[in-house]
Amino acid sequence: MTTTAPITKAAPFDLPGVDGKTHSLSDYADKKALAVIFTCNHCPYARGWEDRILQVQRDYAAQGVQVVAISANDAEKYPDDNFESMKARAQEKNFNVPYLYDESQAVARAYGAQRTPEVFLFDQTSTLRYHGAIDDNHEEPEAVKHTYLRDALDSLLSGHAPVVTSTPPVGCTIKWKA
Amino acid sequence: MQIQFLYFEDCPSHEAALERLQQVLAEEKIAASIEIIRVETEEQAQEWRFVGSPTIRVNGHDIDPPPANAYYSLTCRAYRREDGRISPLPPVAVIRRALQQVETG
Repeated sequence: MTTTAPITKAAPFDLPGVDGKTHSLSDYADKKALAVIFTCNHCPYARGWEDRILQVQRDYAAQGVQVVAISANDAEKYPDDNFESMKARAQEKNFNVPYLYDESQAVARAYGAQRTPEVFLFDQTSTLRYHGAIDDNHEEPEAVKHTYLRDALDSLLSGHAPVVTSTPPVGCTIKWKA
Repeated sequence: MQIQFLYFEDCPSHEAALERLQQVLAEEKIAASIEIIRVETEEQAQEWRFVGSPTIRVNGHDIDPPPANAYYSLTCRAYRREDGRISPLPPVAVIRRALQQVETG
């Protein structure tokens, strides 16, 4: 497992998406906020939070927010996370966010990502404003008490600094290549 | 009754899962000890036929038998709840059913 600290500025990326396009950080330069979320297919935590990730995009898109999901797991050891499986998952769940494949794992390493899911929320200047979990309950969406990502977005969109800037990401470890 | 609880340290669900197992054992008034097995390497994952953390076996049988094409690896295990959601924790009903099946023979 990597122990790299999370970055403070969004690192560039050029990654293939399940939509057949290449997606770059610069594609989202006009967004008021960009949530880069490392996730994957196989992890039960990632799957538990998946609907909530898609809902954040639905709820905040009109306010200039973009969510980008990136999977970086070693697909040789975890075939459920290969690019074809990612495409199938995105189709099955009707993903409304770009789902990108970081095959070399260079982007995950550059961000200092460790878990799936793990959120890196940047403002329009590409400055990290929140890092960590999506909310405080992976198991029961109805029992969530702290909606960390949404709270941070609400703060940013109203011109304020998020109150909570970091929480421990909860989930599976990213599966690094040997 | 032989109960094995296999886990992978980096997956955060094991403590809650073990508590859940102990709770169901208490509710069912089953006084069985739990063999706790920490799986630390890919080689051990193969050796233990470990499809993810946590895995609970009662008398050698997985409480939620994985599909035949499941692969052995150091990862979190996905369980399907009765409401269809995916969870990193084995559902109480699944644990209870597995224990009761052994108890009633």
